[in-house]
Amino acid sequence: MIKSLLAIFLTAILTENYILNKFLGICPFLGVSKKRSSAIGMSIAVTIVMMIATAVTWPIYYGILVPKDLKYLQTIVFILVIAVLVQLIEIVLRKYIPSLYNALGVYLPLITTNCAVLGVTMLVIDKQAADPANYGFLQAMVSSFGAGIGFLVALVMFSGVRERMELNDVPEFMKGLPITLVAAALVSLSFLGFSGLVTGMLG
Amino acid sequence: MNDILIPVLILAAIGLLAGLILAIASIVMAVPKDQKAEDIRAMLPGANCGACGFSGCDGYAKALADGTAQPGLCTVGGSDVSNAIASYLGVAAASMEPHMSIVRCLGSHDNTTDRAEYEGMTSCAAAVAVAGGPASCTFGCIGLGDCVNACQYNALSVRNGVAMVEPKNCVACGMCLKACPRHLLTLVPVKKQAVVLCSNCDKGNVTNKVCKVGCIGCKKCERTCEHDAIHVDNFLATVDAEKCVGCGECVDACPRHIIDLFNVE
Repeated sequence: MIKSLLAIFLTAILTENYILNKFLGICPFLGVSKKRSSAIGMSIAVTIVMMIATAVTWPIYYGILVPKDLKYLQTIVFILVIAVLVQLIEIVLRKYIPSLYNALGVYLPLITTNCAVLGVTMLVIDKQAADPANYGFLQAMVSSFGAGIGFLVALVMFSGVRERMELNDVPEFMKGLPITLVAAALVSLSFLGFSGLVTGMLG
Repeated sequence: MNDILIPVLILAAIGLLAGLILAIASIVMAVPKDQKAEDIRAMLPGANCGACGFSGCDGYAKALADGTAQPGLCTVGGSDVSNAIASYLGVAAASMEPHMSIVRCLGSHDNTTDRAEYEGMTSCAAAVAVAGGPASCTFGCIGLGDCVNACQYNALSVRNGVAMVEPKNCVACGMCLKACPRHLLTLVPVKKQAVVLCSNCDKGNVTNKVCKVGCIGCKKCERTCEHDAIHVDNFLATVDAEKCVGCGECVDACPRHIIDLFNVE
């Protein structure tokens, strides 16, 4: 049981990394990765939103949408729930942790439209459909937590790459976004090396 | 019928519940707003042009409320806004002379020629990057309208190959100054004074070849002026706005007719 949960957790971080393998949430990946401190704050906020979103959308999906045969409403209901959650987190942060609220600034409301969050909530349901016997709410929560940590790993790693890139002598035509995209592609390529690792390790 | 009604009702119910949760949360966890910043924000014109150096009117209002900025940086609002904010904050009002932007070039198609044909993107900055631009005068207006695009107040237009300022629309935000790759635009105080409408620093004979009206640095204006207000430096006449009384002597003296008496009324 614990072994399978660990496998789900590591898979979400390494082999199915939402940014570097599924290419979801590229906007904050490129936008917030300039400084490591804001990258960490953003990742923690995204992780929290991912977990709460999964915790709320899973019961809604299996409690309301499936019994009423309304699976096609999945996307719109999930977007609605995520938007409300982000707003709620914004209100809570502004009240209780204003420093983090100011540090995240405009990126906090932008989590609403972060497709990685929507992707996590929808893909855990896909996984449940593929393996109904062994995949439940707990597995979904572990998977969404792993997805958030994977987001953190990708963002922190890439911010390190970008901080190094600042000091390098980049050719004029590659300066700015081009070199950033090339670096992102290389980091993504390096994550390909993890494929098969988790199944081989925990089998 | 039910196929449509039930999903609609479910979605509406979820939406309503979500709205209710947010409404309650925003009331329960309301954060007191900075009333001072809100009040100052209401006084500012709300143009969000960024001429004050802050990120829009909200940023400036916040800095004013914190005491980290001085009133009088808002060129759009002018002295009225500056005085209102100063009296609200209880500090001395900074005196603000109204300014206006002028184009220091008269190089229209009639007066100057192009040395090359430019077919690139419609941007002065891009044109300048190609071997110094298509105009034969390397100091003059290119006329592709970077300043027109920068202006949020519809105060600039390109007519006959040279940019012109519409005085009644200009609020002196200074955005066009930053946009012009040739730095032809300057802010001048709005008062009766002489302004030199040329930026060419070449020697007289070089200027003469490229423009019918460029300043040749003959110093006639300098000799004519009784108030020591106009000087020729680097083959280009410039007016000291503080000393100029607007008598108009230099305007008549200039053989190239590029000195203009600036009078907004």
